[in-house]
Amino acid sequence: MSYRPTSVAIVRMLVVAGAFVTLEILCRTSVINRITMIPPTEMVSALLQIVLSGKFNADIAFTIVNTAAAIALSVAGGFLVGAVLHAFPRFRQAAEPLLAAYYAVPVFVFYPLLIVAFGVGRAALIVMGALVGVVAMIVNTLSGLDRVSSVLMKTADVLRMNRFRKLILIRLPAAGPYLITGIKLAVAYSVIGIVAGEFILATAGMGKRIAFGYQDFDNRTMYGMLLLLLLLVMAINGALALWEKRLHSRFGQQ
Amino acid sequence: MSARRFDVLLLFAALLIVWHIVHVVVGPDVIPSPLNTISRAVVLLQSEDFWKDAANTGKAFGLACAIAIIAGGIIGSFLGFSRFAAEVANPIVGTIYSIPKITLYPIILLAFGLSLSAKVAFGVIHGIFPVIISTMSALTNVAAIHRRTSRVLRMSRTATITAILVPAALPEIFSGIRIGVAVTLLGTLLAELFASSSGVGFALIRAMEIHDVVDIFAHALLIFIFAAAINGSLHYIERKIYRHG
Repeated sequence: MSYRPTSVAIVRMLVVAGAFVTLEILCRTSVINRITMIPPTEMVSALLQIVLSGKFNADIAFTIVNTAAAIALSVAGGFLVGAVLHAFPRFRQAAEPLLAAYYAVPVFVFYPLLIVAFGVGRAALIVMGALVGVVAMIVNTLSGLDRVSSVLMKTADVLRMNRFRKLILIRLPAAGPYLITGIKLAVAYSVIGIVAGEFILATAGMGKRIAFGYQDFDNRTMYGMLLLLLLLVMAINGALALWEKRLHSRFGQQ
Repeated sequence: MSARRFDVLLLFAALLIVWHIVHVVVGPDVIPSPLNTISRAVVLLQSEDFWKDAANTGKAFGLACAIAIIAGGIIGSFLGFSRFAAEVANPIVGTIYSIPKITLYPIILLAFGLSLSAKVAFGVIHGIFPVIISTMSALTNVAAIHRRTSRVLRMSRTATITAILVPAALPEIFSGIRIGVAVTLLGTLLAELFASSSGVGFALIRAMEIHDVVDIFAHALLIFIFAAAINGSLHYIERKIYRHG
């Protein structure tokens, strides 16, 4: 029933290209004025200028390192909390509504408190990113561990595996695809936490450069940096989504 | 039933105790005591200013929800009725959905200024994509046997849509609406934090700027309770729809 993949891809490319060309024309003909948005081609040239001149390299590295640390914390912490909650179903049932409503509160309103606790700098931003990312990992760890089929667990019992071996050899691989989903979301949310923190108060970082560009009417820096940030996030997301799809087709959906 | 309620109470008691211990350890500059926070929240609930803020936020939130659900539903069905359009659009919509929209706030500010429309726009760009995605996937996933039944019965196109496609797709569409409403609330509050001069989010950023820790926590607590209530009731409706379907 599926259409030829090449024709789908061609139409998709045309749609995306059409959107960019339309935006370019709207900007060039001043339907959208320059103070609001610069033409996409100028965004790209601003992006290239930022990357080639290297003048913001320190900011870019600052954000990337912090985000990586926050992701590591939220993935490890989220997995641990998720596994513990899964082991205590009663506790988990009570906690689930809290987890479900967590993302409705903009967690980074607590960022100033983190600054009081950790000072302005990396630590506050990393903790911020981890706090935003961790719950996505908890939720997906829970749903991953839920979906380990009972046949697999019975096999483990027949083979007289102990709890630890069960966890490493059976549960983890079987829950794998859902854990990747958790990691994917933790990445997206950690980025939100860190960039939001940088918007509010930071010594460096891509978010800070975007906010500065906005305040100074420096639209080239603002849009160039914004585009770079979005491309980085999309690249990571795309790679993880691909990995997720492969794991799902290998393990899941029996 | 009552055992479950007991568990929830136990968890809340444990959370309050942990909260209080953390408060004692890190000090009142970082985390206020639960008692202080709750009494401030009660004071807020009695103040006129808070309800003015809440009305402002509620207006933006309601408008944004309406636009996200209606426009998302229309776009989603437009794409979902044709399998080809769905295949073309799927990765594009998915990619836009996955970008951290908070980075787009300067663009929204430049385009709309400090206004109600900025809040609504920010809410809509958060909420519309889950609705589009779920509507699209619900319509393309309607079982082939249902479609064939409508053909065997020689139903007209409108009858097929109202009697077959919509009922079959409704539960999944509603899941999307539930997620959409939750993130619309988040988006509206975010816009108020960064790009507005009114509403609960603005009250929050004001508390943040003068470092009134108790006020920050009290507002966050009220937002959390409101969000949990909305989330809970939408979950309840969703379960009912699923039982029907």
